[in-house]
Amino acid sequence: MEQLLQHLVNGLVLGGTYALLGIGLTLIFGLMSVVNFAHGEFYTLGAYAAFAALAWAGLPFVAALLAAIAAGALLGALCERALLRPLRGHSIDTIMLVMIGVWIAMQNAELLAWGGVARSIPHPFPTAPLTLGPLNIAPLRLFVVLTAAALIGLAWLLIQKTRLGTAMRATFQDRDTAALMGVPIGRIHTITFAFGSALAAAAGALLGPVFLAYPSMGDLASLKAFSVVILGGLGNLAGATLGGLLLGVAEELGAGYVSSGYRDAVGFVAIILVLLFRPAGLFARAERIG
Amino acid sequence: MLVVENLGVEFGGVVALAGVSFSVQPGTITSLIGPNGAGKTTAFNAITGYLRPTRGRVAWEGEPIAGRRPCDIARRGVVRTFQRTSVFPTLSVFDNVRTGLHLRGTAGVWSVLARTPRVSAEEARLAAAADEVLAFVGLAHRRAERAGELPYGEQRLVELAVALAARPRLLLLDEPAAGMTGAEKERLVALLRKIRRGDVTVLVVEHDMRLVMGISETVIVLNHGRVIAEGVPAEIRVHPEVIRAYLGSAGGSTDAPA
Amino acid sequence: MIARAAVALGAVAAVTAPLWVANPYHLHVLIMAGIFTILALSLNLLLGYTGQLSLGHAAFFGIGAYTSALLALRLEWSFWLALPAAALASGLAGWAIGRLALKLRGAYFVLVTISFAGVISLVSINWMDLTNGPLGLPGVPPPALGPWTLRTKNAYWYLVLAGAALTYLVCHRLVTSRIGRALVALRENEPLAESVGIDGTRYLVLAAVVSAAMAGLAGSLYAHYTRFVSPEVFLFSYTVTMVIMVIAGGQGTLAGPVVGALLFTVLPEALREAVAWQWQMLAYGVVLVLFVFFLPRGIVPTLAAWRRR
Repeated sequence: MEQLLQHLVNGLVLGGTYALLGIGLTLIFGLMSVVNFAHGEFYTLGAYAAFAALAWAGLPFVAALLAAIAAGALLGALCERALLRPLRGHSIDTIMLVMIGVWIAMQNAELLAWGGVARSIPHPFPTAPLTLGPLNIAPLRLFVVLTAAALIGLAWLLIQKTRLGTAMRATFQDRDTAALMGVPIGRIHTITFAFGSALAAAAGALLGPVFLAYPSMGDLASLKAFSVVILGGLGNLAGATLGGLLLGVAEELGAGYVSSGYRDAVGFVAIILVLLFRPAGLFARAERIG
Repeated sequence: MLVVENLGVEFGGVVALAGVSFSVQPGTITSLIGPNGAGKTTAFNAITGYLRPTRGRVAWEGEPIAGRRPCDIARRGVVRTFQRTSVFPTLSVFDNVRTGLHLRGTAGVWSVLARTPRVSAEEARLAAAADEVLAFVGLAHRRAERAGELPYGEQRLVELAVALAARPRLLLLDEPAAGMTGAEKERLVALLRKIRRGDVTVLVVEHDMRLVMGISETVIVLNHGRVIAEGVPAEIRVHPEVIRAYLGSAGGSTDAPA
Repeated sequence: MIARAAVALGAVAAVTAPLWVANPYHLHVLIMAGIFTILALSLNLLLGYTGQLSLGHAAFFGIGAYTSALLALRLEWSFWLALPAAALASGLAGWAIGRLALKLRGAYFVLVTISFAGVISLVSINWMDLTNGPLGLPGVPPPALGPWTLRTKNAYWYLVLAGAALTYLVCHRLVTSRIGRALVALRENEPLAESVGIDGTRYLVLAAVVSAAMAGLAGSLYAHYTRFVSPEVFLFSYTVTMVIMVIAGGQGTLAGPVVGALLFTVLPEALREAVAWQWQMLAYGVVLVLFVFFLPRGIVPTLAAWRRR
């Protein structure tokens, strides 16, 4: 029983970051219809940015997180302006191919910049686990899940409660009307992509220190993000949050009780099963954004 | 004979078709008319498998076809055209028609790979048949050109040629005359008569009343997803319900029955 | 006319390659180019003709390689039986993917193919009893033809050349037939194709099966050439390379993948002295983006269009 609870807790830690990845991608794939195979690369970027901030600049963890978010947002904005905007109106497949190109380029740029050897990201938390009742949790992981929760909350607030969020929802629901009402469509697209990428980078900065940072870490992250988006339904913020948590818990339980070698398969199998049987997502009846 | 019984289509609360019943006699040209949004294209989509009806039955030559896939319905001799121009744009006119001849060929993977004499003979036969169809619709001179680059009126002819190539026994035409010039419409009417002489049943959705009244044996009128009138053109022209339906909507003079 | 002369010249050069290629390493590069030609043609059948992108094609390649290697090593099958068995196994996998994904198009189909490849890759790493896991399967026997073994590069070159020619022939016959027309129709305008009786599911599955079987053939050729198979065959970089070859060479044509395969096998090797592998992969990404922006139809169709003007 204790083991089960322990797995659940670990699953929530993982799931919180998966939710961040998923929310970012559901905005980009679900709202903008951009098949962003490079999403995982922003995750990698976030991890390496955190590494640079922590290992080289010796900054506190929060600052490292902010640096990662900033890096993700900036590169995301650049990507959108330089590559996606000129292709707006082109088929979804064309855009998909471009993002595949970005994926390959970014990953190999990381490889060149940082080398292929996995790096351990130093963090300021004590390694001794905290004991909360029957559970043990490393302070780092506690920080990760709390920060993830906070960021998810912020994302929700932004989308649901601010004017920017309303503008975003309006743009992707009915672009022409939004334009007529004075919403700067171009800027909204850039902001949405930047926001989604920033969330991915945040996830990378949070999970990087828990595991290791290596250039191809983004591959699995991308696929798990897609898995979460498909589980939750495209454009569905609540779905992505729940989907992320579900995936994290499922992975931990699978790794603990079935086989740890196949843990990554959970995400793959989820994609296949959901697309086959419930293509609209598990939580299809939940409210879509806008 | 096409029998439509109580056909209903609903999506998410919107009732596009509210229980439509009619039949189309074999070897005739029947027109389906009605103001915009009456449900004509929805009916076409439901009959030809592009929409799953929420209720009702459709039978063609005694066999139920409602809810089947478009390719299976086509195999039974029911072929439709589309409201917006629909061709294979990068293929030549000849290849467009040859694609329409798909059902007339039977070559399977293994025979194709082995290039058996039967396959070669079949290819020759199909090529000849394609040229026949092109001649029938009067597009032989456009044979090698890309379908997507033709002027609008001729693209619509290509569409018709592709549909005819599939050897339909029931041909459903969705606004075939839309956007055509007067001369092109004359040619279309002549073509439709030629098609009917070949024992093909035709069901046409059209807005051009002169064309409809001139060519149809029967006219069926839809409004708000229901049949409001059915009869010969002379009856429909003076039918009070029909006149009300058209005057009630923002119909122009070519839309309202004259 | 020029095209025909070029093709004839190319054919002659290919058949006489062992005579004029002095350096055995260069012959190795050509052999790899041949194997990649088969892979590119197989991916092109799906991408270029049905318009569906499979990013899991390395899975079919790997299944072919493992099947062939295991049959030869564990059951001592002759290469000449293992090869068709490998193609069959991959073809079956292609059938499974085709049937599974029959309702899906576009990005969803891509995701299913990637997921499938991911699962297969994990199986190859974890199912130690079958595949020996990350250690791989060494000692795969080379093909035997009567008293001879095709161990030398020269001999293997002809085998690969035959394989590539066979694949090209299959693609050509398929594409210029009624079946090929159906595939193209589905890519160009699926509702219209369905309206004249073309069964989208059936043809997509057919394309997937043939495409996967060809990739499996390439896998078997690869396994008996390098004589070692490990989970590395599922590396995404193989899929990436295939995709670049098809997109840059020209999807939807038969010459395109051949040109692409040659270009992207020979070029990296030629540049290998000057440019490290990571920079090349980085360049691949940039090249893909550039092609999508400026040469979306690829080299061969663009050249053909210029000629027509």
